Amino acid sequence: MNAQPYFLEHIWLIPLFPLATAAVMLFYGRRLSNQIVSWLCSGSVFLSFIFSVGAFFQLIAKPSGERIATKVLFEWIPAVTYHLLDGRIAKFIAEWGFQIDPLSCVMILIVTGVGFLIHIYSTGYMAHEGGYYRFFGYLNLFMFSMLMLVLANNLLVLFVGWEGVGTCSYLLIGFYFHKKSASDAGKKAFIVNRVGDAGFLLGIFLTSALLGTVRFVEIGPALASGGFAIGDPRITAIALLFFVGATGKSAQIPLYVWLPDAMEGPTPVSALIHAATMVTAGVYMVTRTNVIYQLSPKAMGVVALVGAITALFAASMGVVQNDIKKVLAYSTVSQLGYMFLACGVGAFTAGIFHLMTHAFFKGLLFLAAGSVIHAVSGEQDMRKMGALSKKIPVTYWTMLIAALAIAGIFPFAGFISKDLILGKAYEKDALLWAIGYFTAGMTAFYMFRLIFMTFHGTSRVDHEVEHHIHESPKSMLVPLVILAVLSVVGGWLSWPEIFGGNSHFIHFLSTVVAVPHEARMEPMKGPSSPHGELFLMMLSEGLVILGILFAWFLYVKRADLPQKIARSFGGFYRLVYNKYYVDQLYDALFVNRAKDLGLALGAFDRQVIDGLGVNGAGWLTRAISKLSIWWDTWIVDGSVRLGARIVWIFSYPVRLIQDGLVQSYMLLIVIGLIGFFGYYFYMARHALH
Amino acid sequence: MVPVDHYLWLSLALFTIGVIGVLTRRNVIIILMSIELILNAVNINLVAFSHMFGSVDGQVFAIFIITDAAAEAAVGLGIILAFFRNRETLLADEMDMLKW
Amino acid sequence: MGLNSILFYFFAALAVVSAILMVTRRNVVHGAVYLITTLLATAGVFLLLQAEFLFITQVILYVGGIMVLFVFVIMLVNLDVSLLQYQFNRQRFVAGVLALALAAQLFIVIKMGKTSLFPQARVPEVLPKNTEAVADALFGRFMLPFEIASILLLVAMIGAVVMAKRRV
Repeated sequence: MNAQPYFLEHIWLIPLFPLATAAVMLFYGRRLSNQIVSWLCSGSVFLSFIFSVGAFFQLIAKPSGERIATKVLFEWIPAVTYHLLDGRIAKFIAEWGFQIDPLSCVMILIVTGVGFLIHIYSTGYMAHEGGYYRFFGYLNLFMFSMLMLVLANNLLVLFVGWEGVGTCSYLLIGFYFHKKSASDAGKKAFIVNRVGDAGFLLGIFLTSALLGTVRFVEIGPALASGGFAIGDPRITAIALLFFVGATGKSAQIPLYVWLPDAMEGPTPVSALIHAATMVTAGVYMVTRTNVIYQLSPKAMGVVALVGAITALFAASMGVVQNDIKKVLAYSTVSQLGYMFLACGVGAFTAGIFHLMTHAFFKGLLFLAAGSVIHAVSGEQDMRKMGALSKKIPVTYWTMLIAALAIAGIFPFAGFISKDLILGKAYEKDALLWAIGYFTAGMTAFYMFRLIFMTFHGTSRVDHEVEHHIHESPKSMLVPLVILAVLSVVGGWLSWPEIFGGNSHFIHFLSTVVAVPHEARMEPMKGPSSPHGELFLMMLSEGLVILGILFAWFLYVKRADLPQKIARSFGGFYRLVYNKYYVDQLYDALFVNRAKDLGLALGAFDRQVIDGLGVNGAGWLTRAISKLSIWWDTWIVDGSVRLGARIVWIFSYPVRLIQDGLVQSYMLLIVIGLIGFFGYYFYMARHALH
Repeated sequence: MVPVDHYLWLSLALFTIGVIGVLTRRNVIIILMSIELILNAVNINLVAFSHMFGSVDGQVFAIFIITDAAAEAAVGLGIILAFFRNRETLLADEMDMLKW
Repeated sequence: MGLNSILFYFFAALAVVSAILMVTRRNVVHGAVYLITTLLATAGVFLLLQAEFLFITQVILYVGGIMVLFVFVIMLVNLDVSLLQYQFNRQRFVAGVLALALAAQLFIVIKMGKTSLFPQARVPEVLPKNTEAVADALFGRFMLPFEIASILLLVAMIGAVVMAKRRV
């Protein structure tokens, strides 16, 4: 076998570095100083980043059609032969294998790159927190899981990483475990995730039962050789089951409810896990298995529709939130909706592209928000901020850049990736495009609402806090700046062709995305014509700018208006502010019913098993022993006593006679004599006369 | 000549008186003496018949009875003495320990 | 009516009366004395029946031995207390009745058997000497009972000594 290039051969080291430092944190973290912890953990991620870069270059060194490398470490589950659903025999192989291709390459670069920046940021942000080593240990464990997820060469290893990131998410959301709200949020995240995972797991079972393999490279050929028609219900089932898992992990309707609560965790966690990496795992998974989706138009329609509606729904909730992190959380849900919309209409590469740009600007937004919170001594309510732009300039300018990017202002990153998606959506379905279009406007609005409320207008900061407003340390600011730069230039990797660009990114990924049956997907092919594409672009730009202006109007010019509007729309405002009461609905339908089941089972355990069973057994034993005592006392002993009593009764008259007096004995002798004589007289009566 | 049965009547009378004495009196010495009376009555009977038949067997029997009465009186009185030393009583009614 | 008969009825009456008196006396010593009287009367009866040896034996042994013994013992026990107590026990009436019933039955026996039991008395013309005759019988035909009687007396002697001994 040809030896692969070094970085491709040693691809397995990439997840291993953070795993090793996580283990070190587990065993020795307590005794290490913060300095050492910072260097070790950030250093291992940096090493992974270097290896990822190396792998990238060695991959593109290969010709376009051969950009895929596999490395198997060991056989995980021993091979077993089994029957498929249609009767064929197949051999089930599950190995611990890694796969490098353009898609996983993009993912590991994002994960390790943004991850590294966030590690650096955390050394400053968490410097004064307790459990420093624990935080970095969890963070590195998360890096390991995420990297395993994206580097997996089969569904099972992917699922291992899938579960791992879920666990780390729980651990990190509930990092401040003393706070009940934090530990509750962690539980909520994990449980809601598990609901999705159940669907995902069923999908994996179905895949292996239908296609006979779980390896990604073999799924495509298996589909082709299996003779599955487009729209085959079994394939649709698999695709939808996978999507259930994706809604859980990537916070789409109906399993998005955990993401806003996840803001209880430290801000770097929100940035890394709930913006840049974990939540994107769903999108990655859908893209990785796109061959299955493309055989099922129904499933793709579902994906697109759910994505679009989620985007709109979440954006509407983000408009009225007052906690700075909650706004960003709903924004994340909304942007993930865009990514699924892209996948649903067939623009998988556009979805991944948006994933990348989103990682930059959403990560930046969260980190900057953390910086703001740090500056105002822990305050997270925007109503208590304002006029901070001069006081924390670096934070302000980087956050502003991120806001422009997410709003979709030309030429920032967000503009390009969002327009790719909207363009493709328009080609597929005008309704989907309309939803996405309108949501873009709302995105711009709520984003700049955030900017204006936080940094402009009058200062509504508490008096004591005002004295302490200060810029964050360098360890926090440098990552902000780097991410800001990336937010600007990140989109240029796929500069639209109409402006003379080359769409490198799309080309790079095209080998991973299958060619759909109905039409060859041209990268960045606009609607019918370049003019149409330009028109759509200008339309969305216009709406975005309107949104920004509207936000400026409401939150800077006439800062009193929002209150009045909220009051006049009273009921409707309350509905949206309370997140459409979805949490309460879930509580009533599922959570409290599950608790009821637990209580019922507990009561059953107490009353029936303990009561009837244990206590009942005790009661039964006592009852039986009472019966036994009765039997023993009255029947067994009774017969003995009866015998004695009979003897006593018969002896009674005899006892009376024996009085110890000699004379009474003499009397008896005389009586006997008389009787004796009487007998003889009777015998001799004939002789007497 | 006295008819033999007159001797028997005498014997019967003494016997009956002796039996009444044994059964009725409370003082144990009187009871013992009543027993001697009974034995005596039997002696009279025996000697009467011995005279009637002209053989001395009856008298020899009577001698043995007298011998036996002597032995019995000796031992009986010894017992009474021992009992009296223990219980301070001579009344047969109070000598009822040999019961259940 | 010969002298024999008169003496017999006299001794018989004496014996019966003495016996009755003995059985009814409160004082034990009186009772002992009346018994002596009874025994002497009985001895007289023996004599009238030509049983001389038995007559003398009765007087020496019975009266001179046994009754003396009785009197010794009476002296050793508490006399005064017994004078104050009830003399007759609870069963006196029943006992009396039953004793009379027994007597009645024996009466019937004697009465009924009179004719068959008592053939004509065969008094031999020449009476052998009574003592010798008794000795002949005693050491002849009744040798074994004689020896057993002596052992009996030995046993009684030992018994009496043991019973009357003070605890050491």
